[in-house]
Amino acid sequence: MLGYYLDLAVRSLKRNKILTALMIMTLALGIGASITTLTVLRLLSGDPLPQKSARLFYPQVDPNTLDGYVAGQTKPDATMAYPDAMNLLHARRAKRQAVMALTQAKIIPQHANEHPYFSDGVMTTADFFGMFDAPFQYGGGWTADDDENRAALVVIADFLNDKLFGGANSVGKVIRINDHDFRIVGVLKHWAPQPRFYTQDLGSRDYGDGDGVFMPLQTARSMDMGPEDTECYASVTDVEHLELAPCEWLGMWVELGDSAAVTDYKSFLDGYVKQQIALGRFKRSDTALLGLMGWLSDQQVVPNDARLQVYLAFGFLLICVVNTVGLLLAKCLRRSREIGVRRALGATRRAIFAQFMVEAGIVGLAGGLIGLLLAELGLLGVRHQPADYASLAHLDIQMFLFTFVVALVASLIAGLLPAWRACVMAPAPQLKAA
Amino acid sequence: MSVHPMIAALRKHKAGVILIAMQIALTLAIVCNAIFIIYTRVDNVRRPSGLDEANLFLVTQQWVGAPSGDDPDSIAKLDALEREDLAALRAMPDVESVTPTNSVPLLNSSWTGSVALKPGSDLRGGTARTAFYFGDENELATLGVRLVAGRNFTAADVVNRAMRDQRQPSLVIVSKALGDKLFPKGDAVGKAVYFNGDTMPTTIVGEVERLQVPSTSSWSSGFFWDTTIAPIRLNANFSRYLIRTKPGRLEAAMRAVTPTLYKTNPMRVLDDDSVKSFADIRSDAYRADIGMAVLMGIVCLILLAVTAAGIVGLTSFWVGQRHRQIGVRRALGARKIDILHYFQLENLLIAGIGALIGIALAIGLNMVLIKNFEMSRMPIVYVLGGLVVVLLLGQAAVFVPARRASNVPPVVATRSV
Repeated sequence: MLGYYLDLAVRSLKRNKILTALMIMTLALGIGASITTLTVLRLLSGDPLPQKSARLFYPQVDPNTLDGYVAGQTKPDATMAYPDAMNLLHARRAKRQAVMALTQAKIIPQHANEHPYFSDGVMTTADFFGMFDAPFQYGGGWTADDDENRAALVVIADFLNDKLFGGANSVGKVIRINDHDFRIVGVLKHWAPQPRFYTQDLGSRDYGDGDGVFMPLQTARSMDMGPEDTECYASVTDVEHLELAPCEWLGMWVELGDSAAVTDYKSFLDGYVKQQIALGRFKRSDTALLGLMGWLSDQQVVPNDARLQVYLAFGFLLICVVNTVGLLLAKCLRRSREIGVRRALGATRRAIFAQFMVEAGIVGLAGGLIGLLLAELGLLGVRHQPADYASLAHLDIQMFLFTFVVALVASLIAGLLPAWRACVMAPAPQLKAA
Repeated sequence: MSVHPMIAALRKHKAGVILIAMQIALTLAIVCNAIFIIYTRVDNVRRPSGLDEANLFLVTQQWVGAPSGDDPDSIAKLDALEREDLAALRAMPDVESVTPTNSVPLLNSSWTGSVALKPGSDLRGGTARTAFYFGDENELATLGVRLVAGRNFTAADVVNRAMRDQRQPSLVIVSKALGDKLFPKGDAVGKAVYFNGDTMPTTIVGEVERLQVPSTSSWSSGFFWDTTIAPIRLNANFSRYLIRTKPGRLEAAMRAVTPTLYKTNPMRVLDDDSVKSFADIRSDAYRADIGMAVLMGIVCLILLAVTAAGIVGLTSFWVGQRHRQIGVRRALGARKIDILHYFQLENLLIAGIGALIGIALAIGLNMVLIKNFEMSRMPIVYVLGGLVVVLLLGQAAVFVPARRASNVPPVVATRSV
């Protein structure tokens, strides 16, 4: 039976080529636009560490004065001052914990004829790699003792290892960063979480390739490397010794095993702040302990424009579907005589309904196919944008299948009204009119 | 022509009428919001930075093995390196003027702080926020900003200072916007202000007509024109030079600048991003805005085309269906123009209803966008403009099928009855 409907549908679609082409193109445009924008949005709002994100949390405290403070309505600052970060780090109340800041690392090549260049650097502490599941190609991270001893050690990314050592095992070798020698202890495999969640509010690195060098925080600071972003909450006389200044420049992450551990850590954090208030260092008692995904949405890491484009595209798709309903309806009503004949010859209402839905489905699949091409074209356009996420914009298999689901659902919804109108039509008047 | 029979006729095509009205309503809602977005973006891009932007480029470089900048001796060394560079740049044949600077408008690198009229105000609670530019006596000339009151810096005003030195400048030039914000009477020149909660006063010696802050993001929108220029040559492990070339010599100067700097001192980092024309800085700063405006424009055009196609499709079908009625009306004395008007008026009626719903939708959509995307309220003129556009679009789309209807001969009425 389906074969017969298909045949009928194709015949009917062929009868009015312009109208058919119009329907398919309208649907394809709507689908192409929405799949393109949705792919970009999915890329931007994805989970950077799916296996781990549920266990990673971002503690926040608020060392600001009471100016402009409204109890319960003021959010704690995004970053921490050095004393708080270190106190929380050394308390070791979580399974793993690390503090971090971003810096520009100036890499000085061994060969005299090469010019030095910059690489994105991270100043952090020992647990960073284990906590974030950063995979090593050679060697490993450094230890908490190395942190305290300010050892000049460094972990480098695969792309930097390729550039400096041609991809060979470089553990134990020395590289010169910001005029100091660092011994390489580990080389990462390709590691670039999207978005780069741990850089939020520390600098402007949201997407794109991962960082190039990772250094112990205290070592880097003792060699005078500064954080990319500093926010001071009181008048500053000396920013050279950032560790002592009333300035926030560190982000902290903790790994907590289960929800009981989360509750414990939150009360530990509250207790810490109460203690600081008692000591007179703090005035505000607010704390926060957001999970990784909660932190990303709090930071609004997904650009507004990307979300706006999704709104726009789906509005566009809606209009395209309404338009297709109209055109299918016009086509269907024009064929009332044919329907009358079929009904008179014994076709049931269900058969007529099925016939029209098959026709709508064909329009949908054709629209989906062309829409897919348009989406690929759209993503090609996105890849040529200068945004740091541009190169990641690819249609994956899920979105590929999703395109057809959207197309089919859209066309079947569009086909419902015309098909229903066709099947409730009484055959006699149509035949009489003939 | 009476509207009554028309409404009676439309009652028989409820589905079609609703579909066209819906499509018009949605189109109106999206198109006028999209045009509003285009307008805001284009407006952003078109605001003048205050600079004379032609023949301007920026060099950002970092020293290798530079002194730390922590003690007076090493600060003097850093300053010597910087002055050596400045001398070499000024000696280039295509260069007109050079200033060291910490940032320029549209560059994503800001140094902001507060200004107050009283000493020792709280850092975050100053009278106004401002962005700082640090340069020497050539800063104004190189930027190409116009002095409207007071005087320019002289070479004697310029001091060198370590990047981390927190002392405030003793004199500054402010933008007129900032001057007027602090001193609404417009007499800022000669007055003392206090920067960043400091207790040492700073004297305003001049006012420039207009100078934008570096950042173009929304966080800076509250003090977009409130800028301060201080006569300070900053000494750090990096330096930035803004260079104005002789007219038409921009490319030649940009090509020559890297070799010149390496010749002066090879121990520095200069990479692909180090030398940037102001045109590139501008296009980088506004690329997202322009991209969004173009995208919105394309979507609007496609939407209008799709809606027009839908109207043509459904009206053509109605014309085909009503062939006989049209024949009867023609036989009873209706002229061609009457039939044409009938379909046009019918479309106006449907589009009008759709547009009324569309206005409500447009305002609703605008409110959703205000809530979710930090957008501003859409002026009513956009809705009215959109209304005119969709009504005209409806009329244009209905014209071809209506013309076909008016050409139905009266004889159709008598045939095949």
